[in-house]
Parts: sequence; structure tokens; C-alpha cells
Amino acid sequence: MKVGLAVPCFIDSFFPEVGIATLELLERLGVDVTYPAGQTCCGQPMANSGFNGASRGTEANFARLFAGFDAVVMPSASCVNHIRKHLDAIPQDEGVRQLRANTYELVEFLHDVLCVREFPWAEFPHRVGLHNSCTALRSLHHANTSEIEEKPFSKPLDLLAGVRGIRFVEPLRADECCGFGGTFSVNEDAVSGRMGLDKVRDHAAAGADYIVSADTSCLMHQQGCARRAGMPLRFIHIAQILNGASA
Amino acid sequence: MSPETHEPVDHAAAAARFIADAPHLAFHDTRLWELRQKRDGQMHGVPEWETLRDLASAIKEHTLSRLAEYLEQFEAQAIANGVQVHWARDGAEHNAIVLRILRENNAKTLVKSKSMLTEECEMSPFLAQHGITITETDLGERIQQLDDEPPSHIVVPAVHKLRTDVARVFARRIGGDPENTDAHYLAEHCRVTTRPLMLDADAGLTGANFLVAETGAMVVCTNEGNADLSANLPPLHIVSVGIEKLIPRQADLGVFVRLLSRSALGSPITQYTSHFRGARDGGRMHIVLVDNGRSKRLGQAEFWTSLKCIRCGACMNTCPVYRRSGGLSYGAVYSGPIGAIINPAYDPARYAALPFASTLNGSCTQVCPVRINIHEQLYAWRRIIAAGGLLPGKKRLVMRLAGVVLGSPALYRLSTALARTAVRILPRGLLYTRLNGWGRDRELPTPPSESFASWHARRKKAG
Ligand code: SF4
Repeated sequence: MKVGLAVPCFIDSFFPEVGIATLELLERLGVDVTYPAGQTCCGQPMANSGFNGASRGTEANFARLFAGFDAVVMPSASCVNHIRKHLDAIPQDEGVRQLRANTYELVEFLHDVLCVREFPWAEFPHRVGLHNSCTALRSLHHANTSEIEEKPFSKPLDLLAGVRGIRFVEPLRADECCGFGGTFSVNEDAVSGRMGLDKVRDHAAAGADYIVSADTSCLMHQQGCARRAGMPLRFIHIAQILNGASA
Repeated sequence: MSPETHEPVDHAAAAARFIADAPHLAFHDTRLWELRQKRDGQMHGVPEWETLRDLASAIKEHTLSRLAEYLEQFEAQAIANGVQVHWARDGAEHNAIVLRILRENNAKTLVKSKSMLTEECEMSPFLAQHGITITETDLGERIQQLDDEPPSHIVVPAVHKLRTDVARVFARRIGGDPENTDAHYLAEHCRVTTRPLMLDADAGLTGANFLVAETGAMVVCTNEGNADLSANLPPLHIVSVGIEKLIPRQADLGVFVRLLSRSALGSPITQYTSHFRGARDGGRMHIVLVDNGRSKRLGQAEFWTSLKCIRCGACMNTCPVYRRSGGLSYGAVYSGPIGAIINPAYDPARYAALPFASTLNGSCTQVCPVRINIHEQLYAWRRIIAAGGLLPGKKRLVMRLAGVVLGSPALYRLSTALARTAVRILPRGLLYTRLNGWGRDRELPTPPSESFASWHARRKKAG
């Protein structure tokens, strides 16, 4: 299986360590993975703001680079959700349809496609609060949610269970949105900032040293809120922990 | 809702003001989150919850797909029950009909229970202009009426107020001790001042939660019993209701009654579930069936399912944005997630900001007892509003520019490198300005020395 690694724009620009961890982890697990050069973004920022026409060039670039892979893996739920549900500014030929169907978010790919549960190289002896992004939860179904009457399950916890020494804390509003929301974060800066502050306080009150998530965009926002509030919380992507980061 | 006369709603600014008031914000968020948690508790007590939601959704979709037939069946039943049936195309027609009925009956005073439809039709100011004295009988609505504010929530209309606010409003308008903030005292004070008005009223007006086509029944669910007093004390009872409230059979009612109060307040059922089929002895009963944009929405492929709404307010209680911005920040009759998808159908320019007042987190969709895909409709509205040129010019420009930059790997590399450098070298005073919405309550990320792409290129070269 030839796998293409797509690195979202904000990870490429501001959190390269998340891209690096994702690539190294996939290689460690024996995946035949390639990172095609020339990547920008998936088109989500424009499309989510209503301007799907403006995302045409971006989507075309994405589709061109990833044509022909058996699967594309991205460490971002909202980007993957955009590709699956909304990447429609460009003509929907067979290649684009295949690409949209074969794009996976990292946790899904590890959990459902590779079915790995053991990460013997990974040890993370810290108290961790897990933050599932809303897209990961309610669109990609990484885990059960508090709104729906269903049996509890959690793909990220299944994976993290394979990490030595990790301990979890339970915030009171575990699956409330943290308020990032893409351009919402600047259009509705007051609400967004407040939601972020409430989120990091909830984790801190539960005793977390780290917040871990499969979504760097949420972490970027929460980290910004925590730093402004002078809180010592730290933030880490799940790929980094699974790849053996120690802190 | 007259389109020409209104400025676009600035939800973000109103929300910022709401957030600046710490005690109100904390109370509002906590109170509504409590309701959400009670709702979860009720859900866990009903193993067939998700099946009930499926059924409720299917019954509503079925009814809406045959709305004309069911409306005629309902009308025939109601007439057979001795009720006078009126049809109103819009708010203005509705208000004129109500006024005519009142005049024909020589009625000057009207007591009413909670009805979002009459808010939608702006009925109260219209009737007041024509010399009718109106008294709201729902406690929350009465508070809002006395304070000259619209309801901020469709189930708990004064939830944005603290008890101290209520005590002050009462003292100013109906007397009482402004310092006594005891909930029982306040409720009792409202009751004793409102009851005489109910006893003396010439007419009563209620909404209805459900209309049953096969029986002609109008079903009203309340917790204070005020709808029953409004309906039964005066000799004239008017029911104002939107045409989407229909369900086919009495047997279908159970599905909705089981869902409604559990979703709304986290209680198994409302204190009162009253079935009105005809006037009380010696009284007269009228029903006004109102369209006001509903049949137009029924024809909109992406939005017709919003007509399934049973106005439980669960989407508002769960909405993290609503809880932190308050209902009045939506500048509309309907607030919260349901408001953000309904209001633009009336006036997309005025309510252009509302579909953007959401993170698209989807919690609303998951609590909705009739499975309205609220967050997907928010997304669909964004496209329509952007395509209609209804967003501020600055936002349009930014999005076009972003599209150009992100469409070109070279421009993307250049601009992201510039952004990293800017964050690294610019002094705080230049980075954190009023123009930087990100920096209002947040720090920018610490820029890394290189991008992932350039790390990868180096690694590849090194073999
Ligand atoms: S949209 Fe759904 S959750 Fe919101 S008020 Fe209507 S029925 Fe209730």
C-alpha cells in the first residue's frame, strides 16, 4: 500500500514537530509512506467561511499531488473531514472521488487500517487530559460522545493504552468544544478566547500536566489561551506520544 | 421582521459585551449546562432514546411531505369541534386576524402564554398600538415583558437575568422589594400581581406545541399551568400556531411528549400537557394557522428539515457559543443554533453573521430530538451568504487572497516564512494590535526555525 502523507498548512508552518512525529511513526510501523513536495493546504479555511470557490486552486493542488496513492494520511480531523465531505470546488472525476474516499485521519488509520495497539518504544509518565476535537468526535467518530446514548468507545484511548506510564485525568466537560473553529477564532475572538480559557482551566482543575489531542489546531488555540493566562499546562499531539516523545 | 429597516446583526460585538460581564456569563453558562446535563441524565434513563429520535424525525418528515393534506384534515376536525379556523399568510395577516377577533368580541384585555410565533409576528406591539392591553402569564415572559426585552431563550426566556435583575425589574414595574432576591418571593410576587389580570381578562391567547390532524386537538405543554388559565378563564380563547406543528395521529403524540421535556429541561414531562379540542362551555375558540415563510422554507432542499423543530431549546442549552453570548446577542426572535439557521431564511443580509457564530462543533445536531442536521445547515448557509456578497468586504478580500496564496506552493512558502519571521522579530506592540483578533485573549504560537517541508527536504538530501 502506497501511502501519501499530507501535512496541514498550520502544522507545516508552525508545528513541524507534529509532521515529523507522524512521518517517523508511520515509517516505524513499516508503512510505505511518501511526502510529496509542493503541499499547501486542503482548502478548508476558505470553504468553511463560505467561499468554496476561493479554495479551487488549493484543492486542485492537493488533488494533483495525491493522485495515485492507495491512501492519504493526515494528522488533522478537520482537514480530513473537509476532504471527505466538502472538497467539491474542483471537478469530481474518478481520481478525486477515490482520493476523497481514501483519505484517513492519523488515529483512524492507525486504529482501523493498521490495527496497531502496541507502541513498545513509547513511554509518557505524565498526567494527561485527552482533547478530542469536535470533528474527530462528531464527524469522524473517534469516540462516543456525551450527547448520544451509545456504548463507550475511544480510538485515541485504545492507542494511548499502548503507551507506558501514561495517566489520564477527566475534565468535567470532556467533550465540550474548545472554541477554535478555524476563522471563528478571529471573527468571534471574544467567544473563542473564552471557550479556550474555560477548556484549559477545566483540564488544569482535573490535574492535567499535558493536554493531548489528534488536532493541532485545537492545541494551538488552547496553548495560546493557557499562555496568556499564565498557566503552566503543556500541549502535545498524539503522534508525538505514540512516536516515543518523552516530554 | 421588516428587512429594509434593519442594520446587520453584529453577533461578535454583542457577545464580547456579554462576556465582559463575569457574573452574568458564569450564571448563564452554568445554568444552561446544568439543563444539558439533566437532559443527558434523562436520555440515559430511556434505553430507546435514539429510536425515539428516529421516529420523531420520520413522523415530522412524513407530515411535512404531506403538509397540505394534514392541514386540511386538521381544519375539518377543528371546525367539526366548533373551533373557528383562520389562515394567515404572514405576521401582518396574523396580527390583523387576532385584532379582528378581539374587536368582534369587544375584548380589550388579553392574557397570553408563551408563544414564539407571536414574537415572530411582532404581535404584542401591534395590538398595543391598537389599544389592547396584553399580559404575559409565563413567569419568564412576564419578566421580559416588564423589562421591555424580547425573550433570550425559547424555553427559559429570562435565563440571561440574575435574581437581582428580576427583583429590580419587579420593583420598578410592579412594586415589591428590590433587595429581596429570594426565588419563591419573586415568583409569588409575580403570581399575585398577574392572577387578577387573568381573572379579569376578556380574552386569552396560547400557542400550541402540537396539532393533531386526526382529532383537531391543540396540545400545549407548560410547567406553570399558565396556558390553562389563559385558555380557560376568559370566554374567548385564541390559539396562534405555525403550520409546521402538525402531527398526524394522537398515537404519534407519545413519541414527542417523551422527547420534548426531557430534551428541554431534563424533566420526564412538563407539569401540564393540555389537550384543547374545543371551547369551554359558553366560550368561543379560534385558531390562527400561520405560514410566515414556512411554505417557502419547505421548498428549500437544504433547509426544509428545519421545520421539524419542536422548539425544545436543547440545541441552545448545549451550544458553547450560545451559552457564552446570550440569546439577545443574536438580535433575532430565534437565537442559538436553531435561530442561526432559521433567521437567515427571513433576511439573509440582516442575519448574515449568525451562521458564522458557530464553531460547527455539531453538538446541537446530536442533541436535537428530531434530528435536524443543524451544523450542516449552518455550513450551507455560509455558502449562500458568501455567494450573495452579504459579508463585509474585508472578509471577502481576505478569503480571495488566502485562496490565491494557498493555491500556489511558491506564494505559500514565501508567506508562511514571512509569518514565522514576523512573529519572531516584531515587537509585541506591533503583533498584538486591535487588528489581531487572535491576540485578544491568546498568545501566538512560537515560530519554529523551519517548516516541516524544509526539514523534509534537508532530510531527503542527507539521504
Ligand atoms: S432545532 Fe432541535 S434541538 Fe433545537 S429547538 Fe428545535 S427541536 Fe430542539
